Amino acid sequence: MKLPDPIVQLTHYRSAVLGLFIIGALIVLSIVTVLVIPYDEAIARWRAGEELWGDYPRNAVPEWFNLFAGNSLPTTIIINSKDGKIPKDIQKVTDEMSTSDMKFTFDYPWDRFPSEINLFLTAKFAQKKPQATMIWKTPDGRQIQLGDTTVGIVERFAISTDQRLSLKLEGRAPEVGLFAQPGTIEKGKTPVVQKGRYELIIEGLTFEKDSTLDAKLVIYGQAYGLAGTDHRRRDLLLAMLWGTPIALAFGFLAAVGSTLTTFSIAAIGAWLGGWVDQLIQRLTEINSVLPTLPILILIGTFYTRNIWVILGVVIALGIFSLGIKTYRSMFLQVKEMPYIEAAHAYGASNLRIVFRYMMPKIAPVLIPTFVTLIPNFVFLEASLSVLGLGDPLLPTWGKVLNDAYTNGALYKGFYYWVLEPAVLLMLTGLGFAVVGFALDRIFNPRLREV
Amino acid sequence: MASGALTEQTLARPRLGIRVPDTVARLGKYVIFRGTALFLTVVIGVYLTVLIANMGGYLDTIRIAQIREQVGAIVLNDATLQTLPPSELRKYIDDLVVLEMQRLRLDQPFFVRSVDYLVDALTLNLGRAEHLTSNSGSKLVRLILLERIPATLLLSATANLSLFFTAIFIALYLSRHYGSWFDRLIIAMAPASTVPAWFYGIFLILIFASLLHILPFGGMVATPPPETTGEYLLSLLRHMILPVSAIILHGIFVGIYQWRTFFLIYSSEDYVEMAKAKGLTARTIERRYILRPTLPPIVTAFSLMLIYIWQGAIILETVFSWPGVGRLLYQAISIFDVPVIVGNVVLIAYLLVTTVFLLDIVYAILDPRVKIGGERRV
Repeated sequence: MKLPDPIVQLTHYRSAVLGLFIIGALIVLSIVTVLVIPYDEAIARWRAGEELWGDYPRNAVPEWFNLFAGNSLPTTIIINSKDGKIPKDIQKVTDEMSTSDMKFTFDYPWDRFPSEINLFLTAKFAQKKPQATMIWKTPDGRQIQLGDTTVGIVERFAISTDQRLSLKLEGRAPEVGLFAQPGTIEKGKTPVVQKGRYELIIEGLTFEKDSTLDAKLVIYGQAYGLAGTDHRRRDLLLAMLWGTPIALAFGFLAAVGSTLTTFSIAAIGAWLGGWVDQLIQRLTEINSVLPTLPILILIGTFYTRNIWVILGVVIALGIFSLGIKTYRSMFLQVKEMPYIEAAHAYGASNLRIVFRYMMPKIAPVLIPTFVTLIPNFVFLEASLSVLGLGDPLLPTWGKVLNDAYTNGALYKGFYYWVLEPAVLLMLTGLGFAVVGFALDRIFNPRLREV
Repeated sequence: MASGALTEQTLARPRLGIRVPDTVARLGKYVIFRGTALFLTVVIGVYLTVLIANMGGYLDTIRIAQIREQVGAIVLNDATLQTLPPSELRKYIDDLVVLEMQRLRLDQPFFVRSVDYLVDALTLNLGRAEHLTSNSGSKLVRLILLERIPATLLLSATANLSLFFTAIFIALYLSRHYGSWFDRLIIAMAPASTVPAWFYGIFLILIFASLLHILPFGGMVATPPPETTGEYLLSLLRHMILPVSAIILHGIFVGIYQWRTFFLIYSSEDYVEMAKAKGLTARTIERRYILRPTLPPIVTAFSLMLIYIWQGAIILETVFSWPGVGRLLYQAISIFDVPVIVGNVVLIAYLLVTTVFLLDIVYAILDPRVKIGGERRV
């Protein structure tokens, strides 16, 4: 099969080949994403709270940072007594009362401290709540009392925010103090991680026959997954993946919608002439002084932030864009061509002339414009999201940028949080722009010469 | 083209020997004509904005709330009314509100009200803000907005003027040396302008503020502001470097690319060849034979660029915490200060049209067809 000429020509531009490759990769990624994580599930997961993301670290960098950081960044350790891998020693004391001891053992080989420690306790009982006493054992055999608590049905024992424990550890945060080498946590010293095997011992006491006690220890790391996590512990990979189809769909639909309508209106105006043409021209002039972005902001603030409604408004505002003037001057030339006269002579209807004869004639001119418009709309969506007017449900790249911005990611040094969506946006933008530029040179030979 | 309207009178006169008063009169007419056309455009534009803003009756709600507040204040200050039983007092307040609504024609049909809003918006009678205040403490939306214009103007004028002239000068240079490695580099970089200025801003902040700590994250001057004028200006300059660079980075490559192509096309015209044959210097050819006939399209391009810049500034200012009109809009959105949002949109529409109008005058001065009233353009 012979490829159409413009595509062959396109392959002569090295940058365009790269651009096509980027676009292709993004399209494949979008399709895979939509197939693997359905729309509703993506929304549900992105909007979920602690119940889904509770075991994820907060503001963790991507795990592959460890390749450059010499494997110093801890990943999350989760040990759950319900999995049965923990030795659980249950001894009857009386008929009703029994002890239930658990021992959580884990290795800590990293140079940096964990970001947080939580203990989630769950209990089964009828009336009398079980009790638990926690003891921390360091590799060098020191024992630190973490305190005791009565356990409700679900209890969260936030070790990291325990003020009394912090006082015991020279005022250091517990996740630092518990993992530091002795003698390094005093004031004025830099705490150093003590690597090795740690133990958390939970001495439980249940007061009913069928009462049980379980625990889940989560030592949150500083690195997670391919994309890291945000301030609400969410896996950024979900947003990065789902941002792709949304950005592409938004850009593509907006570009199709606005170029096709603009193009048809210009053709109709040029063919019919008279007051229709005048009206179209005046509308174009009015439209050119309408502040597009502020109007989108008004709509986003007052009415709806639904991305598909915004898409509709973007298209509506793009209908009478300045492109009409360019297309109109081209159509005016086409209008005088003999074949149009012939069509008119055999009695072709206005509609037929405009849509079957005039528009196809200069349709190729649309292609470069169309391709270069796509990234503009992709960035428009990102711009609205950065202003806090992103779609309330969907995870998009712009919304991640907005989260990062409002949480001071650049001040706090969470660069990955800004860079990931930014690089993806940039790749999308440049991919389309490079192809669009090459197409422009192919379809406008005058540009090729110079 | 507006110049068409002036054709008839000029045909009767000899085309050469232009007298100065004649030119001024023609210019005046042109300006009035364009001014009227643009005024009608802005009226329709602002009217549309008002319609969009009031689609859900938001403006009405704001105004009724304001009336209630005013009436409440009046009643509270009137000691004689305090003796009335609560039910009668409430009825009295309600009556006053209804009266006031009638006085302000809020009971009129939507069309009449929308015209009222249009007049208010056009005269920048934008009401009072709900939360935001101006630096002087005023709650008048107009004052809050006017206070922010200089900052926006300073930033966008500096950036765009330097961008514009740099691009044209480099483009002129490249049109003489086209095909060089620098030329090819510019062509290769041109697609980089798809990325908006605020986006470059994020990267610049990351590099120069977060990593290198040599330039500030944002804002207009250091806090507290330096006391001496010299230090103040220096601090202002330091804060301007990053946002201005962001705008320039965004626009420079495509700007140079387009102008270069444009000049190349114009420099292949016959009269340029002729000038070369006459042995004129490259500089003279450039100034008299290339730049001069291309000036009107250059001005058009400039005005188009400014239109996009007024809107692009919204996010750029937000990213750089630059205290201009754009950041105000962002602040108003985040605390839902409706009068400020509406006022801001109206103001941007106004600024857009004013820019277009001013540039039209420049255009008229530059375009010989307007000045001496040449033939109608096809």
